[in-house]
Amino acid sequence: MMAKVIGLSTMSDTVAPMLSVFPSRALVDENFKVVVENLPPGSPVTLHSLHQCEDKHYWEAYGHYISNHRGTVSVTDDLSFGGTYTGKEAMGLLWSMRPVPGSREGLRLRKRNVCSPLLVNISVYRGHVVEGFREQAPLASSLTERWYMAPGGPCFYLQVHYLKNYFLVFFSFCPGPFPGLLDVWGGGGGLVEYRSALLGSHGYASLALEYFAPGELKSSDLEFNYFETAFNIVKDHPQVMPDKVGIFGLSLGASLTLLLAAESSIIKPSCCVFCYSVSNMNTVHKSFFLVISFKVGRINCPVMVVNSHDDQNMATVESSEDMAQMMRAAGNLHLLTRLYYPDAGHLIEPPYTPHFRATKFVKDTKEKVILLWGGQTKPHSDAQEDSWKKILAFLEQNL
Amino acid sequence: MDRKQCCVKLSVQPSRGLMDEKFIILVQNVFPGFQLTLHALYKCDDGHSWEAFAHHAASAIGTVNVSEDPSLGGTYSGVEPMGLLWSLRPVPGSKPWLRMRKMNVRTPMVVTISVYPGHQTEGFLDQVSLAGVVVERWYMAPGVRRIPITEAGLTATLFLPPGPGPFPGLLDLWGGGAKLVEYRSALLASRGFASLALDYLTPKVTIETGKMVDNQYFERAYKVLEQHPQILSSRIAIIGLSLGTCITFKMAVYSQVAKLRCIVCINGSHVQPIDGSVEQILSFFNKNAEKNRFNNENQVICRDLLLPIPTDPSLKVDVGQLQCPLLLVVGEDDQNWPAHESAMDIKEMMERAGNSHLLTLLSYPNAGHLIEPPFTPFAKASAFRDISSRQMLVALWGGETAAHSRAQEDAWRKTLVFLRANLYAGANTDATSFSNL
Repeated sequence: MMAKVIGLSTMSDTVAPMLSVFPSRALVDENFKVVVENLPPGSPVTLHSLHQCEDKHYWEAYGHYISNHRGTVSVTDDLSFGGTYTGKEAMGLLWSMRPVPGSREGLRLRKRNVCSPLLVNISVYRGHVVEGFREQAPLASSLTERWYMAPGGPCFYLQVHYLKNYFLVFFSFCPGPFPGLLDVWGGGGGLVEYRSALLGSHGYASLALEYFAPGELKSSDLEFNYFETAFNIVKDHPQVMPDKVGIFGLSLGASLTLLLAAESSIIKPSCCVFCYSVSNMNTVHKSFFLVISFKVGRINCPVMVVNSHDDQNMATVESSEDMAQMMRAAGNLHLLTRLYYPDAGHLIEPPYTPHFRATKFVKDTKEKVILLWGGQTKPHSDAQEDSWKKILAFLEQNL
Repeated sequence: MDRKQCCVKLSVQPSRGLMDEKFIILVQNVFPGFQLTLHALYKCDDGHSWEAFAHHAASAIGTVNVSEDPSLGGTYSGVEPMGLLWSLRPVPGSKPWLRMRKMNVRTPMVVTISVYPGHQTEGFLDQVSLAGVVVERWYMAPGVRRIPITEAGLTATLFLPPGPGPFPGLLDLWGGGAKLVEYRSALLASRGFASLALDYLTPKVTIETGKMVDNQYFERAYKVLEQHPQILSSRIAIIGLSLGTCITFKMAVYSQVAKLRCIVCINGSHVQPIDGSVEQILSFFNKNAEKNRFNNENQVICRDLLLPIPTDPSLKVDVGQLQCPLLLVVGEDDQNWPAHESAMDIKEMMERAGNSHLLTLLSYPNAGHLIEPPFTPFAKASAFRDISSRQMLVALWGGETAAHSRAQEDAWRKTLVFLRANLYAGANTDATSFSNL
């Protein structure tokens, strides 16, 4: 706050620099442009982003820039010389976010309420700052909203109770009919809605499926029946095109969906996307995985597999090779598209979300551990951005 | 691969935008040459429905890009990226003489854009569209703060941009339509200017006492800006429309309190009794009330009230004494105020006095009186309550839809550039951050 003292000429006639973010309200997978103007020419500044998540933890990212002769910095066009990201990175202020120093270990940024946006504060500071952002006043700041849901959505929000769980289906605003998706998450359990909300914003009726509460993995009865019912809920809905329903699986969900695609006599998806292929994972349901590798030859829809090297969570690369071999032997290799991302780590999610090398995870024995997901921040974020685009294109082609 | 017609893809980018931002509407996955109608539907806060539509034919690759492809007919024609907004009009059967003004700026304008098959002109709501998306248009950017001001007897709302500041300040004066109109200030704050929307015709004090405000009311409003810790007292300006320009000219030239960096006057006049209060200015106009004309549709044309432009110096603000830059915006078809004639007289006075280098005149052919922030429905005439007689009239504002809408878009962008050049230090008129407008 600047005190107003009449007559002091040093109490500047200087107006704050102008910081703008365009668009100021966007979907989570959309790009933005961050521009600062009215700085002194050639001045070192730090662009900083700050977000307080639903669990009240603070996340931040920053980049060191130098203004041009006109006193302008454009994050899209200029290079960052240091910070949580370097180089020309239009979205670096988002994907390189990490918990502020002093935070608890193993945090993961996941939005549970998808009807409200992620609020990110973007600021510009004088000089090349590396810490203590909250203790200083920035030169200027702006707020931007990042939404999982497009306006008007969901126009349809279905809650179906099955056993003790419920499903949520997201539809974009459209008279329909829509292609459908069954969205199956990984070993963390619980209901995770945001990817479905985002897919809904892209025109798919997407059902986010909970199949066990966190920590209950071993004890829950995972039967085919459960997933088949879920798939049919989507397929049979009057606003969904029954011959255009796909499956999207991440981590454990990938394993499950692969099995379903290969084995189920009831579920016939139009296409599948697996982020991370099957592996011989030793902490979760072994029973599924032992049979899978022999059955992949039975898949008869287009399949996209997204996996990475440096994947410390599962031995994904090896198993994806096995899968390719099986499919080649069965004569349906033409259905397979594989995307490899070196150094990307396990948790490939929609783009421009922070990367986590290790986060807290609740095991099946209710034990809390830190799981090492792997990956380096920049390659992981590049992988997220690239794979998401390719996944959307693949889904559009096949649904 | 066969593309089913039911997979028509419609996208609007950005789906959430500010009111003055352009969007791109794209239709894909239709058959080449397919005839379709793009339709916009808006239900305003008072429950009235507005619609616009455009006829298109898909390209050889089965797409329609509204920013590049011409509308072949509908509520507008030609290549008009924002035509579906500015050509919105009340749906058939609505009350006549409506004007769209969003009074609640905390919520967005929600518009549904849809695609229908063929070239249709009516009955849209009775059919199922091929595709539809919902678009939000906001007056307030995220982080903009809205602060009601009631101190010093004022009825006003201050909008502050996000961030610590300090920011330049604007006093935002509307016209004879009265009430507290916030949307221009909200948008100005979204563009980096602290802006105070002031109700000076129907403020609380006038409603309660029946007395109109005096000239000190405006100086107190100026002081709110001057004394605010996040506003720079040396960077304050006034933007006035219509009756608001009378006050703007008066304050800029005669006020001892207001030190203005620049002023913007839209479709108004310097003609007024120079010592007069608001009440006296209005009486002055009413003395000439018999000069009001009515057209065939019984719409009142008020532009003659101030004509001919007087030569008596006590009847017009001496703009030759103006010491700050003036942006003068004129709709040449203004039927409500003699904006064009006033502008010519202002120009002449300033040339004679030697300060015409301060004047920038933007004159728009076929534009009417209500030159406002862009991309809202055009109203050539609308219901209007005369502030003095309290009578309900239909005022003819003038202008032609496409030309007026283009004038709004151009004038707004140039106003922002003018304000930035005068209120931001060392500013470039390069306007990088306005490039999406």
